[in-house]
This record gives sequence, structure tokens and C-alpha cells, in this order.
Amino acid sequence: MISFNLFVLPFSLGLIYLLYMIIRWWSIWIRGLPAEDQKKFRTGIFSRNFFSALKEVFLESLIHRKMFRRNALLGYMHMSFAFGWFLLILCGNIESRIYSTTHVNPPYYPIFLKFFIHDRTVLWFEINTVPGFFRFLMDFLLLFVLSGLVLAMVKRGRPKWFGMKRTTHHQLTDKVALICLWLIFPVRLIAESFTDGYYGAGGGFLTQHLGNLMVLIFHESSRHIAYALWWAYSLLLGIFFVTLPFSRFWHIPSEVLLIFFRQFGITAKKSTTSFTEVEIGACSRCGVCIDVCQLGYAAHIHDIQAVYFLRSVRDEQVNRDILLRCLVCGRCQEACPVGINADSIRLIERNMFSGSHASDFTYLPADPPQKAPVLYFAGCMTHLTPAIIRAMKGILKQAGVDYLFLDEKGTVCCGRPIMLSGKYEQAEKLVHFNRELILQSGAHTLVTSCPICFRVFREEYKLPIRVMHHSQFLLELIKAGKIPLQAFHRKVAYHDPCDLGRGGQEYDAPRELLAKVAELVEVPQDGEDSLCCGGSLGIYTISSRKRDLITHDALRNLTASQPEVLATACPLCKKTFSKHAEIEVLDIAEMVYDAMPE
Amino acid sequence: MAKTIVVIGGGVAGMTAASRLADLGEKVILLEREDQTGGHLRQWDRLFPNRRPGYEVLDFLMENLEHKVDVRCNQGISSVSQQPSGFSLELEAGESLPCDALLLATGFDLFDAHKKEEYGYGIYDNVITSADLEMMFRSGQKITTRQGDAPSRVGFVHCVGSRDEKVGNLYCSKVCCVTGVKQAIEIKEQFPGAEVFGFYTDLRMYDRHFEEMYYEAQQKWDINFLRGRVSECAENQDHTIVLKIEDTLTSRPLKMTVDLMVLLVGFVPSPETLRLAAMLGIVVGEDRFLEPVDEHTRSNFTIQPGVFLAGASKGPFSISNAIADAGEAALQIHEYLRTL
Ligand code: SF4
Ligand code: SF4
Ligand code: SF4
Repeated sequence: MISFNLFVLPFSLGLIYLLYMIIRWWSIWIRGLPAEDQKKFRTGIFSRNFFSALKEVFLESLIHRKMFRRNALLGYMHMSFAFGWFLLILCGNIESRIYSTTHVNPPYYPIFLKFFIHDRTVLWFEINTVPGFFRFLMDFLLLFVLSGLVLAMVKRGRPKWFGMKRTTHHQLTDKVALICLWLIFPVRLIAESFTDGYYGAGGGFLTQHLGNLMVLIFHESSRHIAYALWWAYSLLLGIFFVTLPFSRFWHIPSEVLLIFFRQFGITAKKSTTSFTEVEIGACSRCGVCIDVCQLGYAAHIHDIQAVYFLRSVRDEQVNRDILLRCLVCGRCQEACPVGINADSIRLIERNMFSGSHASDFTYLPADPPQKAPVLYFAGCMTHLTPAIIRAMKGILKQAGVDYLFLDEKGTVCCGRPIMLSGKYEQAEKLVHFNRELILQSGAHTLVTSCPICFRVFREEYKLPIRVMHHSQFLLELIKAGKIPLQAFHRKVAYHDPCDLGRGGQEYDAPRELLAKVAELVEVPQDGEDSLCCGGSLGIYTISSRKRDLITHDALRNLTASQPEVLATACPLCKKTFSKHAEIEVLDIAEMVYDAMPE
Repeated sequence: MAKTIVVIGGGVAGMTAASRLADLGEKVILLEREDQTGGHLRQWDRLFPNRRPGYEVLDFLMENLEHKVDVRCNQGISSVSQQPSGFSLELEAGESLPCDALLLATGFDLFDAHKKEEYGYGIYDNVITSADLEMMFRSGQKITTRQGDAPSRVGFVHCVGSRDEKVGNLYCSKVCCVTGVKQAIEIKEQFPGAEVFGFYTDLRMYDRHFEEMYYEAQQKWDINFLRGRVSECAENQDHTIVLKIEDTLTSRPLKMTVDLMVLLVGFVPSPETLRLAAMLGIVVGEDRFLEPVDEHTRSNFTIQPGVFLAGASKGPFSISNAIADAGEAALQIHEYLRTL
């Protein structure tokens, strides 16, 4: 006989709807991938990567490993919800199969098991193994989830304990889904307790004792209360499932698919593909990106952080400010536990948003360059900081490098600034122009002083030669003994430029170089966590006052150990800091140049 | 009992206000950080618009102080605080100075041209500031490049450190345009054959005789004014300077070589002004100059009763404006003291 009661309907219908939505969207997304990515997906499924993906789903979606790394309490909270609920479902299923009297096991059966089977004390499984095993286990798991719930409530009032200052400002659907989620487990607890209490059996250490207590108070009406609670439980589940696709919790199915995509080698493109859509869906609105954003805590702009930006994209509510007010500093994506590339998504959106650009760039000069083994490309920004150029010229001469100063007489922009505004096609023309020049020179190494150029040369130019930032090249020269250096003992704080550090993944060369000419002091937030100087070319609609706030914030961090000099490896950072710094600001090339004997 | 006023800052505004207050019978102490009064005026050779020697004005102001005002030089202030009756100043020398009213005449600093690195000040030999040029004029020697040659092409760059969001100063410094025109003429006086250029954003010839001087510069001295901002410059092998500029009247990018490039540096609030303002709780504007209670009708008052402002701590001022403003401040203080 199949156990059935009307109250299972909200749950069952909700579940069917949710499954339908997941299957529908997963297939839309998979089919919407570009052809090459679809191929990757098909081969991926039958490769070892499938299992790596499964493992990652387990570690990230259930255990929330990255959250743990951020903050143990935060990690535990997420894990107890996700992993706890997962175990409840899994163990409940096993339990229901063991106790089931039929072969039909509809999905609602394990969920409402206690309603259908009151007394589970006498079955063979438990008699032969551990008495009360499942009763204990299921209560324990419920408690596990409930502990997460308590923490989630505590987090509202004391986000600091969870390593957070601000939490996400949620929308209505998010709130509805959240309230359901929060109520589901306490209601389940009481429903089970009432049932166990009324029948005097079937409960574990938690539900049975609580149930017995309830019966003492409510006597015979316990049965009706229990029934009402089972309805409430089912309704809550049903509502949660139906709102899920429209709420932040949609991130769960999205993230799972995202993990598979990534494991199969699928990446974001320059325009929206399914991959980007899945990334957008995978944002859990955890709010980790909020605290790290300097625009928020230093410049009091609180509505553009990755979480809000991604939400606006998902809701098709993108506006100018949310798009253009962002330093594209990469701090949020570095911190994001889901690894969402919010910066690239913002650039894609900017591309769709930006109008056309009149210039056809026909004014670009076109003299073929001389041949040289090494090219030095200062970049537009470095032309605004002639001290860096002077230093580079001096060092290269001293080291006897046979080089050509490609943009000595004038610069054709590397293309990144216009790319940051989303104008890829126009940038492409600049890229093409410079690329031709570089290739014509026959050089084997391209050295630039500007991390902005460095990044775009590496990411977009597809050059068959070595592309180096001057910190890397100078270090190489020093190691080859080509630059004699005097000992120097100035206390120096090093600032990681966004595009060299997070953008170019080069943190060590500048430090190694500086250590040879100065004494490096500690900077509280550095490396991957380093701050933006505020000079970013990627932000368009903020006042210079707000920029100043960001600069001051970064300076506070950099001067925490009272350095005598602030060293950076980017002409733009140098200019930005010089505006406000009370100590000398120098590029590492200048520091090396100064340390060379006369 | 006689009331005491302390005037902080012995520049044009401070000197004027102190002597006016003394004329009005008040007891004044003038504190000056440097070893003599005179402020920036001491650094200036000839004044616009009539190119009279700066020392004439300086001498006039100095004479007015004599025998009337208690002038104390080399007096740095370590702190200032409000007292139940008036104020108390702690001097760096250790002395403590009570007073009934304070006048902040702390003036301005010149913009540090190093901060506009793209112009190469301190990096290229032949990039100097308007203040440097003025000192050269004062020395009485002929102007030369760093290499000792007579310049045959000289460029004046307007708005260095002013009207420039990139350095954080949105305001116009008001007097650098006219200074630039004056200095350009003075270069031509020395080198009639030289080519002289002014690169400007707008020419702000706001006061009497200024426009005439600008007219003279073009008509009589054949000085070229090009509208456009210098974006960057570089140094040639021979130490001449190539500058890049967009001529915004013809919308063409230009490159030009000069032997000497003069940066017309603007006003910035001095750190000392800001430090004292913070101690006294005086409002500082977005531009970091001090904010009077009402810029039209009570421009010498601050929100702190007994603390007054005069001169360039409130923003860019010419000498004549500073003198007029300081005279008004003296009258206001005089009246304020009678209410105590
Ligand atoms: S972008 Fe990442 S860090 Fe920010 S809310 Fe979404 S998942 Fe969390
Ligand atoms: S890229 Fe930087 S500025 Fe933009 S949202 Fe992320 S942290 Fe904030
Ligand atoms: S006075 Fe002239 S040079 Fe000075 S800031 Fe104003 S416009 Fe620029």
C-alpha cells in the first residue's frame, strides 16, 4: 500500500517544479554554449574530469571549503545548512527504504517518514545492529542543521564574528525564500516531536524528549497540532522550491553546473555565453565581496559591489552607475568563494552598454620600427612619469642591453583603457596596430613599465615572444650580474599594482628586486589582498574626492610600518599616490637606478 | 583692560591687518614662522600689472608695522586652544600666549611642481617654475638655460596645479595667468628676439589693467598664446624640451620644442593653515581652503567666535585683494573686541 496524505502535495508539486526548472535551465545553458564549448562538455562528461568535478561539488557546494578558509564560523554555518540538509535527505532515504513496506518509494516518503511510520523500534535492522541508530542519526543531523540556523541568526546581529562587516541587502524574493528556509527545520523538528510524543515512540534523543513534553502540555490535541505542522512543513518546502529559481538560492544548481563547466575547461568569452550566465546565477549573494570593496568602505558607495552588479545583470536591471562605478581592481573576485569573475562580466556588460566610437584610428602613425632584440614600451602612463623613463634608459644603457624604445616619440595606446570601457572592437584596432609594430621589430623580448600594458600584451596580443614587466626584466639583469648595485638601507613599503598582482599574477619579482636595494617593511594588506591606489582607469563616474578617499585608504595601509619610501611598479599608482603621500613615492626602476653607482 | 589680538602669519595680509589694528588702538602681536615678515612677496621681483618692484610694496608694509606692532619672528606654534576667555597659544619656544582674538593670516603654499611629474620638473634641466623665474629676475642676472645659454624659445605653461582634477585642485589660482603674461613680457624685454609662447586653458585677465597688459603682450611683444593644455613633455639630447599639446582652437595636436619651459604654479593651502584650522575647529572647504561664515557678507568670520580670517588661507588672492581683505578684517576684529 502506498502511504499518502493530501499534505504531501505542496512539497511534491514544488519539487516537481524545481526539478523541471533545473533540468530546463541546465539544458538551455548547455545547449547555449558555443560549439567548441559544447564539444568540451561532451568529452568532459566521459573523462576523469567528471569525477574531479564531482569532488569539487562536494567540497565547495556541500562542505564550503573556501568559506571555511575565510572564516571558520562562516564556513560551518554554510556547511551545516548544505551538507547537513544533504545528509538528512540521504540518510532519510536509506532509512525509508529500510522501513518501507512497499517497493514504491515516492520522494515525499522519506521527508514525511515519521508521519507514515510511527514506531520504528522493532525492525530487524536495528535489532540486529545498533538499537535506535537511525533515530539518533536523524535527530543528530537535524540538530546539525539547526545549529547552522542559529548561527545564521546570530550573523544578522553580529556579522563581525563571521569575519564580515556588512551583509548583503536582499530583495523580496530572497527574503521570502530565506524565511522559508529558516522555518523549514524548526517546523520539521516540532512536527516530528509532536508525532513522536503522541505515539510515544519513534523519536530520537531530541524529538522524543521534546515530544513527550509537548504531550504533557497538549494531551490529545497533539495529534491535530502535529498534523497541522506537517502541512506547514510541506508548504514551507513547497514555497521554498517554487521561489528558489527566482531567489539567491538558484546559485545552488548554477554553481554545480559551473563547477562542471570549469572542470571541462570551458571559460568566459568576450561576450556573454552560457558560461557567463551560469556564473551570474552562481552568485550566492553571500556578501563576501562587499567588505573587500574599497568603493564601499572607503568611498561610501554601497550599491555597485559584485553581488549587486551580478544581481542587476540577472534581473536585467543594469544601469550606468552600477556598470561604470567600479575600479575593476579584482579584489572582489579574488575574495569570492565561488570564484566568479565579476570584472570580466562587468566588461562584457559595458561592451553591450557602450555606444559606438567615431574614430577609425586612421591617424595612427605607421612607420615600421627598426630591428632590435629587445623592445622597451613605456606606455602612455609612463610618459606622464618621466622619472621612470629616465631610470629605465639609464639602467638599460648601463646593462648594455641592445634595445629599441618603441614608443619614445609617441605612444599608440596598448588598448586596455578603451577595453575597460567595453569597446572591444575599437581596442582591437589598437592591438592590431601595436602587434604589427612589435612583430616587425623582430624582437624576442618585450619589456614594459606599465602593468596595464603588461596585462593586455599578455592576455590579448597573443605574441610569440616574451612579454615582461620591467620588474621581471630588471631582476633578470641583476641576476645575470649586468647591473652593479650599491647597498641601500631605506625602509620601503611595496604596493602591488592591481594589474601586475591580481591581474598579472606577479607578486615576487618586484619584492625580490626591492630586497636587493632596500629594506622591505611589512604591509598589512598586500599580495592578493593589496588595495587599489584609486587611480584606476576602469572607473568613470566618481568624483575625484571619492578617488582621494580610496587613495588615502590605500596609503593608510601602506604606511602602517612607517616606511621612508613608498615603492610601486606602476606609473599610474605612482602618480596617484604622489598626489597625497607624505613620503617619497618611487617606481622600482627608479629605486634600482638610484642604487647604481655613479 | 586692553585686549590682545594675535595675528598668525606675517605675509601681506597679516602685516596689513596688524598695522591697521594698531592704528585702531588695539594691542597686536604678529607671529611669523620665518625669520622675517614679508611672506611670498619677498620672493617676487616685480609685480603685475605695472611691473613695479615688489620691494616698494614690501617696504610700505614693513614701515607700517614699525613701532606699532609687537612683531615676533621665528615663532612656530605648537598648539592653539580655546579658553573660557579667549585663546591660548603654545609657542614652539615654550612660551604660552593668551589672547582675546585670533586672526589667521597663514597664507598659502605654491603648488609643488614635482607632483605634476609629466612636466618633468626636477627631472629635466630646463623646466622651471614661475617662482624660480622670479628669483632669477631678482638676482639681476640674465636668464639662461641650465647649460648657460640664452633661451631663444620659451614656453609658459598655465594652470600647473590649478584647474586640474588630476592633482585634486579644481579651483583657478586667479593670478598665475597675469603673472605668466607679465613674465613673458619680461623675457621679451631681455631677449627681444626670442619666441615666447603661453599655453593656456582660459586667460583670466580679471582685474584693472590686466587685459591691457595681455593686449600689449601680443601687440607690442609678439608673444604667442595657444589655447590648450600641455599633456606631457620630454627632454631632447640637447636638453631642450619637447612638449605635447593640443591646440584646442584648431583641434590639432602639436609638438613643440622650447629651450626653457616655465610652469605657472598655483596656490595650495599650506599644511600649517590646515593644522591650525583643525585645532580651532574651523570649516575647511572641498578645495581645502578655509571657509568663512558667509563668503559675501561675513568673509572674515569663522564659525568660531573670536577667530578671523584674512588673505590667502581662504583661497587664491592677489596682493591688492589681500591688502583690502586684511583691512576689512582689522575693522571687524576691532568691532568684535568692543563687544567683549
Ligand atoms: S560575487 Fe562571490 S563573494 Fe560576492 S556575493 Fe556573489 S558569491 Fe559571494
Ligand atoms: S572590482 Fe573592486 S571596485 Fe569593483 S566591485 Fe570589485 S572590489 Fe569593488
Ligand atoms: S589664473 Fe590662469 S593659469 Fe592660473 S589657474 Fe586660473 S586660468 Fe589657470
